[in-house]
Amino acid sequence: MKVQPLSFLEPGSQAKIKDIIGGKGINTKLAEMGFVSGSILDVLRNDGTGPMVVAVMDSRVAIGRGMAQKIMAEKTT
Amino acid sequence: MSVTKETKEISTDQVNAQTIALIGNPNAGKTTIFNALTGSRQHVGNWPGVTVEKKEGRLLADSKVHVIDLPGTYSLGAYSEDELIARNYILFENPDVVLDIIDSANIRRNLYLTVQLLEMNTNIVLALNMLDEAEAKGIEIDENTLAKILNVPVIKTIGTKNQGIEKLISSSIQALGQSREPLTVDYGQEIEDEILVLQKAITEHGELAQRYYPRWLAVKILEGEDVILNDIQKYPNIQTIFTLREKAVQHLNQVFAEDIQTIIIEKRYGLIEGVVKQTVKQKKDVQASVSLSDKIDNVVLNKTLGIPIFLLTMWAIFKFTFVIGDPLIGYVEMLFEWFGGIVGAMISNELLASLIVDGIIGGLGSIFVFIPPIFTLFFAISLLEDSGYMSRVAYIVDKFMRSLGLHGKSFIPLLIGFGCNVPAIMATRTLENKKDRMVTILVNPFMSCAARLPVYVLFAGALFPDNAGTVIFSLYILGIVMAIIMAKIFKKFLFPGEAAPFVMELPPYRVPTLKGMLIHMWEKGSSFVRKAGTIIFAVVVLIWVLATLPWGVEYASQDSFIGMFGSAISPVFAPLGFGSWEASAALIFGLLAKEVIVGTLGVIYGVGEEGLAVTITQMWTPLAAYSFMVLTLLYVPCVATIGAIKRETNSWKWTGFTIGYTLALGWIVAFIVYQGGTLLGLG
Ligand SMILES: Nc1nc2c(ncn2[C@@H]2O[C@H](COP(=O)(O)OP(=O)(O)OP(=O)(O)O)[C@@H](O)[C@H]2O)c(=O)[nH]1
Repeated sequence: MKVQPLSFLEPGSQAKIKDIIGGKGINTKLAEMGFVSGSILDVLRNDGTGPMVVAVMDSRVAIGRGMAQKIMAEKTT
Repeated sequence: MSVTKETKEISTDQVNAQTIALIGNPNAGKTTIFNALTGSRQHVGNWPGVTVEKKEGRLLADSKVHVIDLPGTYSLGAYSEDELIARNYILFENPDVVLDIIDSANIRRNLYLTVQLLEMNTNIVLALNMLDEAEAKGIEIDENTLAKILNVPVIKTIGTKNQGIEKLISSSIQALGQSREPLTVDYGQEIEDEILVLQKAITEHGELAQRYYPRWLAVKILEGEDVILNDIQKYPNIQTIFTLREKAVQHLNQVFAEDIQTIIIEKRYGLIEGVVKQTVKQKKDVQASVSLSDKIDNVVLNKTLGIPIFLLTMWAIFKFTFVIGDPLIGYVEMLFEWFGGIVGAMISNELLASLIVDGIIGGLGSIFVFIPPIFTLFFAISLLEDSGYMSRVAYIVDKFMRSLGLHGKSFIPLLIGFGCNVPAIMATRTLENKKDRMVTILVNPFMSCAARLPVYVLFAGALFPDNAGTVIFSLYILGIVMAIIMAKIFKKFLFPGEAAPFVMELPPYRVPTLKGMLIHMWEKGSSFVRKAGTIIFAVVVLIWVLATLPWGVEYASQDSFIGMFGSAISPVFAPLGFGSWEASAALIFGLLAKEVIVGTLGVIYGVGEEGLAVTITQMWTPLAAYSFMVLTLLYVPCVATIGAIKRETNSWKWTGFTIGYTLALGWIVAFIVYQGGTLLGLG
C-alpha cells in the first residue's frame, strides 16, 4: 500500500498514519488532537483547497492543508 | 518550597481548606459540571501574571471545599498558555483532588489528558460525562473495570440532566485527603531504564524533587520540553542531569528510528488503546458512521453553500444585536435620566447636585448603556459557540484569513471586537502562535465596538437623516478594510512567517441550553463591566471635575480646564474639518471611552444629550461630521482597550506602537476624507 500525504486522500477514504513530518511543537499539538502514528483517519471533506475535515479518535477535526501535507498516511479503503 | 511564616499565620479555615480542581478537554462539559457543583456562588478572578480568567467557587454540598475551574485543554504539554496554567496549577498548588471531566463519546482522545494527570501523580476522580451522547453513538463503557485499571474512582454523568452529579460529589469528597498509587505508563525497557537513571538523579538532587514529581520530570527531560529544561537550568548542580539527558538521548536515538518525544506520545496512546480495548464496547466503526452532525456539516461546510450561510449568520447576529439591544439602550437612558431628575430635585446645593447628577449618575448611566448591545452580542456569540457552529466559522474563514496572513481562529476575536475590544483582545489567547496573536491584537481596535455606535448614531442621525443607516454601515466596513490592510502590512513587515498550522476540533452540533448560553454570555460580558466599567466611571467623574475647575468658571466653558486643553490642540484637527475646541475636547475624553464623546459634547454645548442633534446640525457640515466619525472609529483605542493590549502583549513597546499608529492612521484617513471631499465639492 502506498504511503502518501493526507491531503491527497479523497473524501470517504480511510487511512492509517505512518509518519508525521513536523517540528516538535507541531507534533505535540497534533498528538493531543489524536494524530499519532497508527491512528486511523477517515477523510470527511477535502475540497482541494482550504482545510480538510477528518475523523480521528471518534471526533471530527479540521486540519489545515499545510499540516495535512505533512501527515503521511497509508490508505486502507 | 518551604512553608513561610505568612502561610502559618493564615486562618485555620484556609489552611484546612481543601481544593477540588476541574479539568477537561474543551467542550467536555466542564462549565456545566462546575455550576452543578458550586451553584451560583462563584468568584471570577485572574490567574497570577496572566489575564486568563480563573473561576473559583465553593462546593454546594460542603462549603469548606474550594472548587477551581482550570482552563479547558487537550493536554498538559506547554503548547499554549492555557495548558501551562493548568499544568502549573496542578504541579505547584497541589489540589487535593483533580476532577477530570471526560467526553465519553470521545474517550480515547480525552484519556490522553488523564494519562498525563496520572503521570503527574495527581489524585484523580474521573467523570465520564456526555454519557447520553456516547450511548446514542453505541458506545458502552464499563466504568468498574476502568476504575480498577486506572485505580481511580470513575463516575458516569450527564451534566445537562444533573445525572450522576451527586455521586460525583460524594466520590470527590471521599477522595479528599486520600492518596492512591495511580497507574504508570510503561514506556518499554529501553526508555524505562533511562527514566530510572534520571529519576534517581532528580531524587538525589533534592531541590528538584521538591519542586517536581521525579518520575514526571524525568519523562519531561527525556521529551526535551523547552519550558522544563529552561526552568531546571536555574538550579545549582544541574549539570549532572543535563549530562545524563545527553547520554540518554544519544542512546535512545541509536535504538529508535523516531525521535524520543514521538515514541513517548505513542506509548501513551498505546496504553490508552489497551485500556479502551478492555473497557469500551462499541458498534463496528463509530468513527466512520455518518451522524446527524456530519449531515449538517455537509450543508454548512459545503463548498458553495458554506460562505452564504456564514454571511447570513453574521448578518443575523448584527440584526439581532440591534433589534434587541437598541430599544434596551433607550430604556436604560430613560431610566437614568429619570433617576437623575429625582435625585437632582432632592439636593439643594447646586455643586453637589451637579456632581451627583452629572458626574456620578451620568457616569453610571454611560456604563450601563453599553450593557444591552454588548450582552446581546455576547448572547449571540455564545449561541454560536454552544451550538458548535463557531468552530465551523473558523474552518470556513481560514482560507480567507490565511490570505491576509492570519489564522482561521483570528476571526473570533475580531468578531467579538464588534461588541467590545477588551474581551476581544483577551480572546486572542486561543491563538497559539505569538505572531498571529500580535497581529490580531494590533488590528482589533478597528473592529468598531458598541461604544462607538452612539457617536455614529448622533452625527449620522443629525446630518444624514435620510441615509444614516448607510453612513453607519460604511464606517463598519471602513474599519474592516483598515484592519485587513494593516494586518497584511504588519504580517509582511513586522511579523513575517507562516500562520500557525490550523488544527481544530469540530465538536458535534448540540442544542444549546438557555442556562449555558446565559452563563457564557455573563462570563464574557461581566469581564467588560468589571474592566471597562470602573474606568469609564472614573473618567466621567474626571470630566466633571475638569469641566468645573478652575473654581468659578461656567461649567464646561472655554475657560474651564477642558476648554483650555481643547483650544490648545484644536489646530491639529483643523485640516480634518473640525478645528473647534469643543471637538478637540470631546476627542480627548473619547480616549477614555469612545462613547463619552457624545456625553462630553452634550456637556460642552450645554444642551445635554437630547438637544445635541439640533446643535450639531447647526454647527457641523456633513463632510466634517463624516471625517469626525472616521477619526472616532480609527484613532487611539480607549484606555480599557489599551490596558488590555498592555496585559496581553506584555509589552509597553507594542502598546505605545498601537497608540501611535492608530492615531496617525486615523488622522491621515480623516484628512483624505475631508480634503478629498472638499476638492470634489462635497463640503
Ligand atoms: N448531551 C449532553 N450535553 C452536555 C452534557 N454536559 C454538557 N453538555 C453540553 O455540552 C456543551 C458544552 O458544555 P460546557 O459545559 O460549556 O463545556 P466546557 O467544557 O465548559 O466547554 P468550554 O466552555 O468551551 O470550555 C454545552 O452545550 C452543554 O450544554 C452532557 O452530559 N450531555
